[in-house]
Amino acid sequence: MDLNLTPEQDLIIGMVRRFVREEILPLEQYLDPDADELEDDDRQRLIAKTREMGLYGLDIPPEYGGPDIDLVTRTLLAVEMSQHRAGLYAPCYGTFGGAGLAQLFEATEQQKEQYLYPTLRGEKRGFFGLSEPSGGSDPARAIQTKAVRDGDDWVINGGKLWISGADKADFGLVFARTDTDQGRNGVTCFIVDTDQPGFHVRRIVHTLRSAHYATELQFEDLRVSNDNILGQLNKGFAIANDRLTRQRIPYAAGCIGVAIKAQEMALEYVPQRETFGAPLSTRQSIQWMLVDNDIDIRQALWITLEAASKAQQGESFRKEAAMAKLVATEAGGRVVDRCMQMFGGLGVAKDLPFERWYREMRIRRIGEGPSEVQRHVIARELLGASLR
Amino acid sequence: MGLRLTKPWLSSEQALAKVRGQMGVYQLADADGEVIFMSYAGGRSLGGLRGEITRSLAEQAHACQVRYEITTSYLSRYKELLMLHQAEHGVLPNHDPKVRLGRLSPAGGANGS
Repeated sequence: MDLNLTPEQDLIIGMVRRFVREEILPLEQYLDPDADELEDDDRQRLIAKTREMGLYGLDIPPEYGGPDIDLVTRTLLAVEMSQHRAGLYAPCYGTFGGAGLAQLFEATEQQKEQYLYPTLRGEKRGFFGLSEPSGGSDPARAIQTKAVRDGDDWVINGGKLWISGADKADFGLVFARTDTDQGRNGVTCFIVDTDQPGFHVRRIVHTLRSAHYATELQFEDLRVSNDNILGQLNKGFAIANDRLTRQRIPYAAGCIGVAIKAQEMALEYVPQRETFGAPLSTRQSIQWMLVDNDIDIRQALWITLEAASKAQQGESFRKEAAMAKLVATEAGGRVVDRCMQMFGGLGVAKDLPFERWYREMRIRRIGEGPSEVQRHVIARELLGASLR
Repeated sequence: MGLRLTKPWLSSEQALAKVRGQMGVYQLADADGEVIFMSYAGGRSLGGLRGEITRSLAEQAHACQVRYEITTSYLSRYKELLMLHQAEHGVLPNHDPKVRLGRLSPAGGANGS
């Protein structure tokens, strides 16, 4: 892996860095400290700018109109895009666009017409419905939502928990058990329309992310056409697993971006802040915190870029992605915690972003598979079939 | 279904005597107890709930009752209360028109969309 940036990478990263500093950070001085969305005028203005930069729809494959950006560069951009108050969960407030649900790129042409293309045009929204009250870390075994064939349809009964965006979605990918005896080979992914009878958003689930909420869904005799199976019958777990693995890299990158920004703020603050007649930067305890931060950030960055590089080259990257997610989320938490300590009272006030990062970074050790599951994935890769 | 705001209604005078500067959500009602306004006191609110409720009472001519809930999840709670109100009553009270809302299903099984 070449550790030097190419001139093209340097150029693109510089553009995004300027965008964050000149467009996003000034807006955050006026937004609610917990805001995770922009007002429409600002959003549209900034989307026009990212389009002008040729970087709108970063995760959309070039054959569908997205910019052709390799995964390593995309990871570096994710690090840049998260360097602001809302950056961990709302990098640049979504003004670089999203890919919608990447699984739909593998859909049938009819499904693409109905769901993918409208999503890419911003006309429809989707959600990803995997986790259930019975658990999210081991979806192959935890999924209890059932789909039973009835003529040309399937009838779904069950529920989902921790689902983002379902209350605003037009459709969703819902994983349901279609063969109760086959474990992970008995799960199917259905594309479900949210305006169908039997689809219920039962409640909102508040979390440490105070502006954002998850939802709990209930399906009561929800009918879905057999044509709405995404991929193959009983092969839904592969779709879920692929998504979980790929998602770990940008998830890690966001944590690194926030850690870099927190460290940058601390490096600016400690030479100015005096205690007992000398700047904080002269205290060894503070110096060591900064050193540990720098080491944490570098370790996380290189491990994450290695995972991106392997994925880019088409190699197996399951172990590397799990390591990246594990190391970056834990390192990010430590860095934000140390920076908060250096800022003292200011660090816990809503005037500065540390308290928000502290809360949101804590979720990162759980979301997209907790640290313990990442260790399990790594151990399984190391030990192979001998570890069940 | 989400959790309703079940704090007791207070008269405007009682509320202003009791409420302090924390973050949270609140509702204003008219003399019949109909909710006519909802808002929140966030991280940048001057005076927190006390400041926001004082301002809102001055702006909402028919408001004479107040109930509030202290919470640091003021943004998601605010949206939840608005969506609950819409699910139960089919309409929204006065609120910030810029807020983007989803939809909750009404209790009882009917589809809420």
